[in-house]
Amino acid sequence: MTDSWSVAGRTFNSRLIVGTGKYKDFEQNAAALEASGAQIVTVAVRRVNVSDPSAPMLTDYIDPKKITYLPNTAGCFTGDEAIRTLRLAREAGGWDLVKLEVLGEAKTLYPDMRETLKATEILAKEGFLPMVYCADDPIAAKQLEDAGAVAIMPLGAPIGSGLGLQNKVMIRLIVEGAKVPVLVDAGVGTASDASVAMELGCDGVLMNTAIAEAKDPVMMAGAMKLAVQSGRAAYLAGRMGRRQYADPSSPLAGLI
Amino acid sequence: MSSSDLISIQLNGENRSFEGPLTLLELIETLGLKPNKVAVERNMEIVPRSTLADVQCADGDALEIVHFVGGG
Repeated sequence: MTDSWSVAGRTFNSRLIVGTGKYKDFEQNAAALEASGAQIVTVAVRRVNVSDPSAPMLTDYIDPKKITYLPNTAGCFTGDEAIRTLRLAREAGGWDLVKLEVLGEAKTLYPDMRETLKATEILAKEGFLPMVYCADDPIAAKQLEDAGAVAIMPLGAPIGSGLGLQNKVMIRLIVEGAKVPVLVDAGVGTASDASVAMELGCDGVLMNTAIAEAKDPVMMAGAMKLAVQSGRAAYLAGRMGRRQYADPSSPLAGLI
Repeated sequence: MSSSDLISIQLNGENRSFEGPLTLLELIETLGLKPNKVAVERNMEIVPRSTLADVQCADGDALEIVHFVGGG
């Protein structure tokens, strides 16, 4: 079964987006990416090391012609910083599909939605296609969509926490209200968390630490691939209704 | 070489001196970087890659040269 999804007119078969941070080395990162089946990776924009220009580069291990690079604004605490970062990213890579995140504070890495909304508007006007990391707020999600976000990416739990989805009701409400794709971005800790996100009807899941900090990142990447597929299939299949009490699976008629 | 040939640049936050005249493209190559893998911001403005060979480094320029690294 092909079950593709589209963001800003681009179609992908994998609903898993993976980060490229925190890996032991580029080889492990590339192997995990392969096992995950992901077609999009998030990347950060940073100063080049001018004292060691021959240091290996991400692009030597993950081919931007085969894998879609999604530049992020990780570490930006104002909209202006984020916009500046993405302008550089567009010049460096030529890509207009970007991940906007404007953080509110270091402790929680929770998004600053006022700055995020302002930056989304400006980026959209400049021709960017921003996929936006955001709070699990259905109203903010609608405002982002109106401002030009091409995807809504609420957190399921704090970035890097691995706590799993703490806000299933809010994620579902965002999914029901959105006309653009919704992806859970941040909070996934293990495979079942990814399935939960997909079972809620999300279009995809974005994760980094859950794979990179697993004892075996390549095996976990494979597990995440299956979890996303399985959660998606369960969503499409339509789960049974919930009952408050038991309902026997074997017939009552003909009991001896 | 007289001191007037030296251009002082703030490069990725560090003060550096280079022998001038020097275009941005020449600077990137002098640093051993590949122009097609980086982006340059000069005094807070993006320099399009196609114009790197046309822009001269000026004394006091603040340059940021960035590339993609792993991130989530």
